[in-house]
Amino acid sequence: MILGILASSQPAAAGDYESIATVTVGSGGSSSINFSSIASDWTHLQLRIIANVSTTDAINIRFNGDTANNYALHRLEGNGSAASASASTTRNNIAILTGAGFASTASTFGASIVDILDYTSTNKAKTTRALSGSDRNGSGGIELDSGLWFATPAAITSINLYPSSGTISQYSHFALYGIKSA
Amino acid sequence: MPTTYEPIATTTLGSTAATVSFTSISGSYTDLILIVSGTVNTNSYFALRLNSDTGNNYSNTEMDGNGTSASSNRNSSNNYMYNGSIFTTQTNVINQIQNYSNSTTYKTVLTRSNNAGSIVKASVGLWRSTSAITSIECSTAGANTFSSGSTFTLYGIKAA
Repeated sequence: MILGILASSQPAAAGDYESIATVTVGSGGSSSINFSSIASDWTHLQLRIIANVSTTDAINIRFNGDTANNYALHRLEGNGSAASASASTTRNNIAILTGAGFASTASTFGASIVDILDYTSTNKAKTTRALSGSDRNGSGGIELDSGLWFATPAAITSINLYPSSGTISQYSHFALYGIKSA
Repeated sequence: MPTTYEPIATTTLGSTAATVSFTSISGSYTDLILIVSGTVNTNSYFALRLNSDTGNNYSNTEMDGNGTSASSNRNSSNNYMYNGSIFTTQTNVINQIQNYSNSTTYKTVLTRSNNAGSIVKASVGLWRSTSAITSIECSTAGANTFSSGSTFTLYGIKAA
């Protein structure tokens, strides 16, 4: 597991869109990525990811270490031939970069942008949206996901990302940003 | 204090143009975002070419909805990255170019294009090169032209 390096030791960034922490996976890969001790200084969070895994599995997201079946999602995806929709109402994570699959080619990485809205609310279940894709010159896919974490509402203070099997490959890059509101 | 999300360059066309380019892009950022708002003379694919690479090193997988149905298509081994579509009526094309300056991975571009009268589209494009991206050329399939007034803005995002 790799822990995100918090930027709190650096001068605060100006503006309303701030870098919180970044992880670049090193040699040997990593079984998971963890952003912890996330402050409540922002209104929304955004994850910007390029990643590859050693298998063809998705990357899964959990909040606050919750491993129970408190997650759901809807997905619209295209595989280059047809578009399809799917849903899962009770699961133990939110998956991104799924049916699109990951690259078997070492240099080809999938990309994903995940927005986590109103993450500090203690009144609302947490909703995510993601745009993800991996093209491999003849294969791959593109997907739009809406995820839900419907456990008893709590502010999100940690985010864990992990593949269902295998490891996250070297050079994968995970950056967490905070977005402020007025 | 550093700025995390900042504009790098903006072009507003004063007349029609077949291409719009951003050159000498520094490696100062982590990600790039290219936002295009405009129209063309003929409905077209929106096309990107990176670092003036004219080889067949681009591909993409896309998905769109046209108000009636959803579909998915793919373009492989092209000499342009056909990410998104642009129309004769107002269209926006938002391109996310992540980790553009690394020299170890191929470059993946996520694109959303929106035209209220025609389609919404999501696309992922691949440039099979490990070179850092230093220039971006915007054009259309079929060498159509962007209309006067179309805007092209390139932003940079810095990570911690």
